[in-house]
Amino acid sequence: MSGLEEFVDQTVQIATNDGRIIVGMLKGFDQLTNVILDECHERVYSSTQGVDQVVLGLYIVRGDNIAIIGLIDEQKDSKINLSQLRAEPLKPVVH
Amino acid sequence: VTTTNALRMLFFSFFKTLVGKEIVVELKNDIAIRGTLQNIDQFLNIRLNDIHVIDDAKYPHLLSVKNCFIRGSVVRYVQLPAEHIDTELLQEATRREGQQNKK
Repeated sequence: MSGLEEFVDQTVQIATNDGRIIVGMLKGFDQLTNVILDECHERVYSSTQGVDQVVLGLYIVRGDNIAIIGLIDEQKDSKINLSQLRAEPLKPVVH
Repeated sequence: VTTTNALRMLFFSFFKTLVGKEIVVELKNDIAIRGTLQNIDQFLNIRLNDIHVIDDAKYPHLLSVKNCFIRGSVVRYVQLPAEHIDTELLQEATRREGQQNKK
């Protein structure tokens, strides 16, 4: 396995196929890339307003729907001013 | 089914030779990410280190991410360093696979 083991018990950011960004603590995963995220929230990006964070809780995200799992660098993340950030939401994945 | 499996193993083996090299992965949602190939698995899921998003002004979503895992199913293209690829070797290997498949 390419190794999601290294990401376990750390904060990760998941980009889903429908263009969402979900941030949470990676608790588990399997061969199909199904993932367990604890204390997660969705970051909603908008070109007109700052980033909105929606609290979600404990989630299982199905592997089919996952595009990227990124390991969050806490130092870098704390420097970002989310309320000032303007961006279009990610595009959905087209197969 | 055995035919496609053989070809998949070929690309898996090919990508393993590129571990440590810098590549650019373009995804099916149009994001392109440059990074060092850290690992690859049988599903061609890609682990990239020290990433840099191409056009990060348009895609600031990954600003806080240094290392990432990209699901194989979502990759559109992988841009490779030409100097590290033996295209003739690749051609030979795929030709061999193709001949095996015909049998």
